[in-house]
Amino acid sequence: MSPKILSMTPLLKVEGLTMRFGGIVALNNVNFQVQPGSITALIGPNGAGKTTVFNCVTGFYRATEGRLTFSPEGHTYNIGKLLGEPFQAADFVKPVAFAERLYYKMFGGSHRVASAGIARTFQNIRLFREMTAFENLLVAQHHRLVRNPILGLIRSASYRRSEAEAVERAYFWLKALNLADAGNRLAGELPYGHQRRLEIARAMCINPKMICLDEPAAGLNPAETAELSEMIQMLRREHGVTVLLIEHDMSLVMRISEHIVVLDHGEVICAGDPHTVANDPKVIAAYLGTESTEEAARA
Amino acid sequence: MSRQMQGVSLVHALKDALLVGVMALLVLGPISGLVLDGYGFVNELERPLILALIAATGRFFISLAAQTEGGRAWLDRFSAKSAHGTTVESGEKKRAWVWILLGIFVAGLILPFLLTKYWLTVFILAMIYVLLGMGLNIVVGLAGLLDLGYVAFYAIGAYMLALGSQYLGIGFWTALPLAAITAGVAGMVLGFPVLRMHGDYLAIVTLGFGEIIRLILNNWLEFTGGPNGASAPAPTFFGLEFSRVAKQGGTPYHEFFGVEYNNAMGYIFTYIVLFLVVSLAIMFVTRLQRMPMGRAWEALREDEIACRSLGINHVTVKLTAFMMGAGIGGIAGVFFATYQGFVNPSSFTFFESALVLAIVVLGGLGSTLGVILAALVLTIMPEVLREFADYRVLAFGILMVLMMLWRPRGLIRPVRPAFFPRGAAA
Repeated sequence: MSPKILSMTPLLKVEGLTMRFGGIVALNNVNFQVQPGSITALIGPNGAGKTTVFNCVTGFYRATEGRLTFSPEGHTYNIGKLLGEPFQAADFVKPVAFAERLYYKMFGGSHRVASAGIARTFQNIRLFREMTAFENLLVAQHHRLVRNPILGLIRSASYRRSEAEAVERAYFWLKALNLADAGNRLAGELPYGHQRRLEIARAMCINPKMICLDEPAAGLNPAETAELSEMIQMLRREHGVTVLLIEHDMSLVMRISEHIVVLDHGEVICAGDPHTVANDPKVIAAYLGTESTEEAARA
Repeated sequence: MSRQMQGVSLVHALKDALLVGVMALLVLGPISGLVLDGYGFVNELERPLILALIAATGRFFISLAAQTEGGRAWLDRFSAKSAHGTTVESGEKKRAWVWILLGIFVAGLILPFLLTKYWLTVFILAMIYVLLGMGLNIVVGLAGLLDLGYVAFYAIGAYMLALGSQYLGIGFWTALPLAAITAGVAGMVLGFPVLRMHGDYLAIVTLGFGEIIRLILNNWLEFTGGPNGASAPAPTFFGLEFSRVAKQGGTPYHEFFGVEYNNAMGYIFTYIVLFLVVSLAIMFVTRLQRMPMGRAWEALREDEIACRSLGINHVTVKLTAFMMGAGIGGIAGVFFATYQGFVNPSSFTFFESALVLAIVVLGGLGSTLGVILAALVLTIMPEVLREFADYRVLAFGILMVLMMLWRPRGLIRPVRPAFFPRGAAA
């Protein structure tokens, strides 16, 4: 990691993240940072807890312990707070804190995390399958559009303008991800590789500061993977979005990421640039389960 | 297999017929061949034989018909289950549609003057169900929330007019917006705590809500009149009344215009107002489907988790769908009350909810045109087939089963809008 990047405030700071499901500890005291403008990869063997980290970061799980701070230019969001936290004793004497917590309890949730600027894709693609690709991208722009039903009903000028702009923006992202011809087709009918890219386009439509890609190359052939890696780099280069990535395709990870965090059994076993990680004995042991684990088992 | 055979195969048809005949014999033999007679029974074996013969002959001809060119094309059209149920509209603007719609609209306005009073009431009821179907279609078809207690909002609307006129002296026109608002607020009050639930749980809660409303109406004797019901005023037109003698402090229309009294005029007026409201609702719902709100509803039906990942608050989006559907149900309730002139809780049983749900499902979840057709068919057909009234529910059940087998997505397949950004023309 270059010293220049280190000096900046991290975009995402994960401190002491612990996630328990009943008695199972899925994540144990995970700490890592994502620098703005970087491509950070989260790797690890199956069941290491990578997707759990993603679900905590994007607000789909409420972390059992720990603090997740997301700080895009000038703002700071505490992800736990956006989800709505339980009341604390002090709240009952401080009406402002009480009102705030009540507000987030009623209206908070993972959608707030997305509005703060964290977009994500899913390991098993979650498109709106019965809707067209265009509609998928329009839904993602929901908050930017004129949503007043009365204005929409009379087709006011502001409504028509906002719809036309949204279609143009959707088309822009379709072109950027090489899907220009697929706009008016049903998302569920598209070939698998197209669906993966459409999901990225949809995530980009919410205008995120950080995009979390959960195994974007799963099920793609080598040519499609190469195209995808080009696109991920393009997103960062041309649109200034920070990328957090889970991926099993090591050649892709090593090629495009600057910072790699390795998880195993819910703990960070190594973090650093691709070269450091690739030569770390603990990482090799976790992946290949060779001598060192056998030795450890014997010891 | 038969698809490959080009000609018509008699053997194949005979095999089918034989199989069906044997099956019919096995199924029908015990129930129609043995007739109980006191403690013993009489054999009437020729009856199942005749029935089986009819079934076999029928199957033979169907089998033959299915092998002809036309039959095969017809089957293909109906069994396209593997293909996507949804299509995307083509870019061409259909000018003809505008004229067809305009024609239907004008015909709908002229229709009441040609109908007898009896048919007028049938059409009014049919349109009330169109309204109910469209309201529930927003909730079930678009937002994908299974609501088994929709009748509650219908009841709230109907009682709004009946009790409102009794206690507050409001008339039809005041009750119309008030009922929409009251039902919408009731939808919100019910929805906010329960919309975090999914599927089955939500269905049970709404089922309970429907029953609670009915039981309140039934048991709160002092306020609602209980099972005795309450009377509802007829609509007026700027103070003109459509009864023979003025009941609401206005002038009867025939005295005002100096024409002869026509006792169907009240229904004609209700029909026209209802027709306009239904037309407005159709326009509203079809436009809504292409607006951000409607898109968010459908996205929510497709995938709630993906919606949340895009920053859409699933609870408020569901709530808008619930309120909108409830409001339309409330308006339908006002029309029902004014058309009957009287409301009582027995009109708002679970069967009504089930009927409206059947309309939505048969019409095709999410398809406005399908829902309109299904509502008209399901309310007008029973009137046409009065002689078979005993078998109405049976026919209804058979229709449901057949639809679910061949057309699980409903009568009309949904059509998605297409978009043409400026850059894409090249």
